[in-house]
Amino acid sequence: MARVELKGLTKSFGPVKAVQAADIAFEDASFTTLLGPSGCGKTTILRMIAGLEQPTGGDILVGADRVNDVPIHKRNLGIVFQNYALFPHRTIGENIAFGLKYRKVPKSEMAAKVRNALDVVRLPGVEDRYPSQLSGGQQQRIALARAIVIEPDVLLLDEPLSALDANLRESMRVELKAIQHRIGVTSVFVTHDQSEALAMSDRIVVMSAGKVAQIGTPEEVYNRPANEFVADFLGASNIIEGRLQGRADGAVVLQVDAFGAVPVREDRAASVGSGPAAKLMIRAEKLLLTEGPAPEGRIAVKGVVEAVDYQGQLARYFVRVGERTYQAMNMIEGRPFAAGDEVTLSFSPADCAALPAGT
Amino acid sequence: MRAWTLIRFYTVFVYIFMFAPIAVVLILAFNKAEFASFPMTGFSLRWFERLFNDPTIMRAFRTSLTLGLMVSAISTTLGVMASIALVRYEFRGKDLMTTFLISPVLVPETVMAVGLLIFLRYLHMPRSFGLLLLGHSILALPFVVLVVQARLVGIKREYEEAARSLGANPLQTFFSVTLPLLLPAVFAGALFAFTISFDNITATLFWRPSGMETVPTQIFGMLRNSISPEINALGFVMISVTAGVPLLAGGLARYFGRKNRARHPTRSLT
Repeated sequence: MARVELKGLTKSFGPVKAVQAADIAFEDASFTTLLGPSGCGKTTILRMIAGLEQPTGGDILVGADRVNDVPIHKRNLGIVFQNYALFPHRTIGENIAFGLKYRKVPKSEMAAKVRNALDVVRLPGVEDRYPSQLSGGQQQRIALARAIVIEPDVLLLDEPLSALDANLRESMRVELKAIQHRIGVTSVFVTHDQSEALAMSDRIVVMSAGKVAQIGTPEEVYNRPANEFVADFLGASNIIEGRLQGRADGAVVLQVDAFGAVPVREDRAASVGSGPAAKLMIRAEKLLLTEGPAPEGRIAVKGVVEAVDYQGQLARYFVRVGERTYQAMNMIEGRPFAAGDEVTLSFSPADCAALPAGT
Repeated sequence: MRAWTLIRFYTVFVYIFMFAPIAVVLILAFNKAEFASFPMTGFSLRWFERLFNDPTIMRAFRTSLTLGLMVSAISTTLGVMASIALVRYEFRGKDLMTTFLISPVLVPETVMAVGLLIFLRYLHMPRSFGLLLLGHSILALPFVVLVVQARLVGIKREYEEAARSLGANPLQTFFSVTLPLLLPAVFAGALFAFTISFDNITATLFWRPSGMETVPTQIFGMLRNSISPEINALGFVMISVTAGVPLLAGGLARYFGRKNRARHPTRSLT
């Protein structure tokens, strides 16, 4: 178990800058997610920590040691790959014991350790089977067992749930987090799935085009995005141009054409800067549609429903107000609104965040 | 329907045309008569007996076998190494190297043979068993590379990366993960190499030192004097080796594959 720190880590593939000067600290025993769209450099960072890619610049520290020049087989890391990568010609027992062989673990202890690892992933008694005899979810658990049995300093998870189907993914996500918590290994998890990242992480590193866009707890990156990219990537948002008007009793006041003056809580406007241009972010689920007037204390405008995307207990509405279309996610009570309905669109200023313009 | 019947007849006819001469050799090897003739005058193994008691033929057979096994070992080793370099690593001149390795298949054998001969004469090296070994290995190498490369492309890099991350150094990774997964192709490549060497006559005629005969050059020499039924017997043995070894190997591979699959249902062997 160890703390991992990246200092100015950079990787270029020819003219392409895959990772640009990333400074990230992964605290001991924490679960950190590298989140971003494909090609944002998250996997490249993981592969550099693993030793599978050589950084172009910067340092990787595991504990107090700089490991840039340590070959992968001497780094003591556990890696779980998206496609499991279990050795097909070896039994489950041999797969899990593979790493133990190179750690001079006595034969007698080996069997016990393998059994213990299988218990941890809740698949006891499959030692003698071959990987292809197990289902995808089971194979991924074996891959996890193989990675943790060597008691690695760091556990690297490269989109380990993406190859599983939706239901399995959700239960594996809970289980994976529970196992990580129990053994307390520093974990780096790579995913492009924002709900996975929000559900599992202690901290999320949001990445965009090779750069770190924001680092924070799930709650922070969701409610207090540092810029438009983060706001947009995590969940559906309405981002509206406005002007910074001033500050008044713990709030930053944004002037927005459609809504007038919106006082945004100061802690949700930390990144906004000095303006004058700024942007207002309202999450789709915080925009409420009502037939009559809006509840007390909310900013309200009139609009027309343009389209409805029915999702069972939820509906996503596209509502036209003047020149703009807003996205709203509402629980369906009774009957959903239909396209063409005239509605009141409202939100509470407390649910808004302010973003710097031009990001 | 009629068209299909015609095609079927035509196919059968083509196969007869191709295989009948071989069948003739195989059958006449057991003919009693001194001269090749149909119908056979009686069944006899005396040509085989004469064959196995002929020291020159047995010497040629031993030469061919030794040569074939050595060519197989050399070109398989080099071929696996080359394939790994070409598939797993990026380096300058990779495409050129691929073309270079495959070129012996494309260049007419005579041209290759003369070329190597002139080259070695230039270096003042006489024709020798070593030259023959070198030449045959060059001829067999492309086949090994093609077969091994094709399989290596299909072996996911993650297996090797997983092994490395678990503590295996590159050499341990190769022997514990890459090679076992590559084995069917290595085996096939080795068989190819052996057969190519064992069968070869054109290049061998150029490269062999005087006095050294392989089975094909021996047959070629014997044919210049007379068509002895002994040659039919020798032909029978050659066909048995060149067709029998791969068939046997294929059968064994399938047998072990089945045994493996019983425990391990979806994995295929090749």
